[in-house]
Amino acid sequence: MNGGADMGGMMGFGPVRHEGEHEPKFHAEWEKRVLAMTLAVGATGQWNIDMSRSARESLPPPQYYAKSYYEIWLAGIERLMIERGMISAEEIEAGRVLAPPKKLPRILTAEAVPTVLAKGGPTERPSDQPARFKLGDRVRARNMHPTGHTRLPRYVRGHVGTIELLHGVHVFPDSNATGKGEQPQWLYTVRFAGRELWGVEADPTLSVSVDAWDSYLEPA
Amino acid sequence: MAQDHDHHHHDHDHDHGHGTVLSDVELRVRALESVLVEKGYVDPAALDLLIETYETKVGPHNGAHVVAKAWSDPAYHDWLMQDATAAIQSLGYIGRQGEHMVAVKNTPTVHNMVVCTLCSCYPWPVLGLPPVWYKSAPYRSRAVMDPRGVLKDFGVTLPEGKQIKVWDSTAEVRYLVLPERPAGTEGWSEDQLAQLVTRDSMIGTGLARQP
Repeated sequence: MNGGADMGGMMGFGPVRHEGEHEPKFHAEWEKRVLAMTLAVGATGQWNIDMSRSARESLPPPQYYAKSYYEIWLAGIERLMIERGMISAEEIEAGRVLAPPKKLPRILTAEAVPTVLAKGGPTERPSDQPARFKLGDRVRARNMHPTGHTRLPRYVRGHVGTIELLHGVHVFPDSNATGKGEQPQWLYTVRFAGRELWGVEADPTLSVSVDAWDSYLEPA
Repeated sequence: MAQDHDHHHHDHDHDHGHGTVLSDVELRVRALESVLVEKGYVDPAALDLLIETYETKVGPHNGAHVVAKAWSDPAYHDWLMQDATAAIQSLGYIGRQGEHMVAVKNTPTVHNMVVCTLCSCYPWPVLGLPPVWYKSAPYRSRAVMDPRGVLKDFGVTLPEGKQIKVWDSTAEVRYLVLPERPAGTEGWSEDQLAQLVTRDSMIGTGLARQP
């Protein structure tokens, strides 16, 4: 969707405020708990990473911009768990259990943490589908505006670039986020000239590369 | 209601004259965690271990090791540029948010910079958790349009004609910038070189330290 998270090319947010090389990893205790809860409940297998991104990125833009990053994560897991009947909004308000737990096939134990983190969640899938494009091909990012989850940023839509890297066949987030399955597709890096994206006044030395699935692209 | 609940259990946060009052979000996070623990969805020991892992074990020192090795070992350099996933895994940096890695190399004519305009994609096994600015609207909005302006915010000015390649991490591929090796470091050991590699130099918002 054309939501608040898709920020490339927006203006008015001011300068980047960095805190130096040794910025604290967390700025409050609760941020640590949110990170850990997000990873732990994610490992119960009730949703996939694309559903979890979608839950955050589809927050109404005014909420998305008003929240800090870990507040967005908090809103994301609350929503995912409420949607699946794992918890209720009333339980969060009350801070105690009001209904029996949902039975989960697995939970993340401390013993399993190192293995689960090391395993990660690779998205490449074995496939014999041939790649539609090869290195150097000119492609146009489709002018598309899906109402569901997508990873094609608005600022490249309709623009022409060249295929820079081929990454193999990967899980397609647009379908995976909505429960329609992995539907793996070829994944490419497409390089766009800065002037193609931002006009003749743009920095002539700039190029921007995005990773794009096959169905985001058409020959140009 | 959440405040009542918290008041009973966390009085120590309110007293003692330090003026610490739990914010709404702190109260909400505590409430959520106690519900999840009581329902048996999370193991509190697992939460603590996850935090400890990302606070103490995983961080930019991992990436600095990769870069220093690539600077000093030509065979490793070539492997990293050809198959970064395998080359990085060979040093033990594996897993979540680093499943598919690509290394991009800075040269006298090309500067690379990495962003995730849509969220906060970042190579955790080599750089740890992303800094706040990386996830913030100012960086995500401007990096793809005005990277030289962003670099100014970091106190970095590149030569005028230098090409800037921005990588927007829109999929599960994670990018690591291989910064230029500073001059005057001939014969340095890997450990010495690693001291020159900053987190920002591996994102592309900075350069390696000069010796």
